[in-house]
Amino acid sequence: MTSSSSTGGYKTVKSWKNWLPKDISILMVLLGTVFIFEVLGWFIAEQSFIFNTQRLTIIILQMSIIGIIAIGVTQIIIMAGIDLSSGSALAFTGLVAASFAQTSEYTRAVYPALTDMPVLLPIIAGILVGFVLGGINGSLIGYAGIPPFIATLGMLVAARGLARWYTSGSQVSFFIDDYAVLGSGIIPVIIFLTTAMAFHFLLRYTRYGRYTYAIGSNEQAARVAGINIRAHKLLVYTIAGGLYGLAAVVETSRTLTAQSGAGMLYELDAIAAVVIGGTSLMGGKGRITGTIIGVCILGVITSGFTFLGIGSFYTNIVKGIIIVAAVVADQYSNNKNANR
Amino acid sequence: MNNQDDIILRTENLTKRYGGVHALEEANFTLKRGEHVAIVGDNGAGKSTFVRQITGVEQPSSGDIFFEGQRVEFNSPLEAREAGIESVFQDLALCNDLDVPSNLFLGREELLFKFGPFSILDEKKMMQKAKEVLERTAIKIPDLSNHVGDMSGGQRQCVAISRSASFASKLIIMDEPTAALGVQETTQVENIIRGLKEQGVPLILISHNLRQVFNLVDKIWVFRRGRIVGEVIAAETDGNEIVSMITGMQDGVHEKASYI
Repeated sequence: MTSSSSTGGYKTVKSWKNWLPKDISILMVLLGTVFIFEVLGWFIAEQSFIFNTQRLTIIILQMSIIGIIAIGVTQIIIMAGIDLSSGSALAFTGLVAASFAQTSEYTRAVYPALTDMPVLLPIIAGILVGFVLGGINGSLIGYAGIPPFIATLGMLVAARGLARWYTSGSQVSFFIDDYAVLGSGIIPVIIFLTTAMAFHFLLRYTRYGRYTYAIGSNEQAARVAGINIRAHKLLVYTIAGGLYGLAAVVETSRTLTAQSGAGMLYELDAIAAVVIGGTSLMGGKGRITGTIIGVCILGVITSGFTFLGIGSFYTNIVKGIIIVAAVVADQYSNNKNANR
Repeated sequence: MNNQDDIILRTENLTKRYGGVHALEEANFTLKRGEHVAIVGDNGAGKSTFVRQITGVEQPSSGDIFFEGQRVEFNSPLEAREAGIESVFQDLALCNDLDVPSNLFLGREELLFKFGPFSILDEKKMMQKAKEVLERTAIKIPDLSNHVGDMSGGQRQCVAISRSASFASKLIIMDEPTAALGVQETTQVENIIRGLKEQGVPLILISHNLRQVFNLVDKIWVFRRGRIVGEVIAAETDGNEIVSMITGMQDGVHEKASYI
């Protein structure tokens, strides 16, 4: 359609198309969603939806945890992979982290000898166990050649089982004060945004990011170019696992309990946020900034429905529709590019 | 009276069988420094099989490959590449979602700060070098920061070829580099090939386009049914003779063949 040999207009049109609207259009969706709930709010509940500090805080806190997971999932999907295990991984890593964060005042701690430990121990334990789970995913996918969907589906089931096994199904709570702080106030938001900035940098400016995009874009070309595909997949899934561990620390601290049923369906919320944020399931395309907006959209919808008093099953129906719509939009734009 | 030092690539009795099929039989091939040669032959004549052996995509059933006087065994395309053999394949090995410099430097990025996989990229330097490389090829790409997937077939092919040409490789192999290109784009690719000749970079060109072959190379190797049936100096032959060698029929029925 466009004659590529024409020189002048080509440059401006293309670079404009490549950069601006992608995130801008997602941002418009976010603002539109907020606007709709705001209008409905005045009509139905006779109060403002968004200009309510308490509600805003809850939205932001909820989003932070899904957000940290979604950052890990973003890089995996950019690499044309998928990870279904994040919710279960969060439950198991959360239990492990929490078991090292108990106070000695509680007499039935998981490890009575390991109470009142410095707060760094549970954080590191959670992230390390996350690395191990992600590393198993990455080895299965990178080295054993198992499709990501199957490998992480196995982990989804197995990690949930591990979580039940770890404390025989009982909850872990009674944390030291330093640990409880991690999930309170705006600290989760700070953790989320710091992580987001770090990974935005990693994906945009380092070899790690370049290879992630390259593998997602054309794995064959990446292999011929000399990239160690297997090792890179292992690394990406491992790092994602670490992020699930970090999310688990924040989650358990926020709810002040760790339990084997935590993080149920978080994997789908995270994938939804990533896809809504413009990352292509075909791989090669996507940005952390888009995922942040995607997470916000999801958070607004979830709390918007609660605010309007509409049942959670409707929320799930709408979420489902939005995910499918986002994927359809992605495929439509891919087809348009292919037919050009 | 060939000086051995003059020969960059030599194969001795190179043979490849797939099960009972003899795809390539006892190929004895030589390539001198700075020489541009073409490999021609009908479909299934063994051209691509031959190339797959010397680029490490496949391993020969028997026979030897000598590169720069040393006997070599490439277990992967990467090993061949590290030795200095660059290939441009029919299906472009480019990442559509990356821009031109990222593709040119994929796997050998310029770095600002070295720290394993977390090394920080020197994008400015890569952009600068990419501009220099592409200027030499005279190909017009308005904005190098565009994704390669948004470019025309010719631009993409030129990026792929520049990629091979820009890394001081010792031998470049091109498999049908202009098969899918328009007239103007074909000319640009041919100009790049001429530039390589001037720089003294040896080239093996696989092409069905005999006119292009005569325009570009010094010597033509003809393959038929898995065997090398002839090597002729391009200036001393004509299309008719080559077609006879390709088909194996000696009568002069080829004069009006549109093949040429």
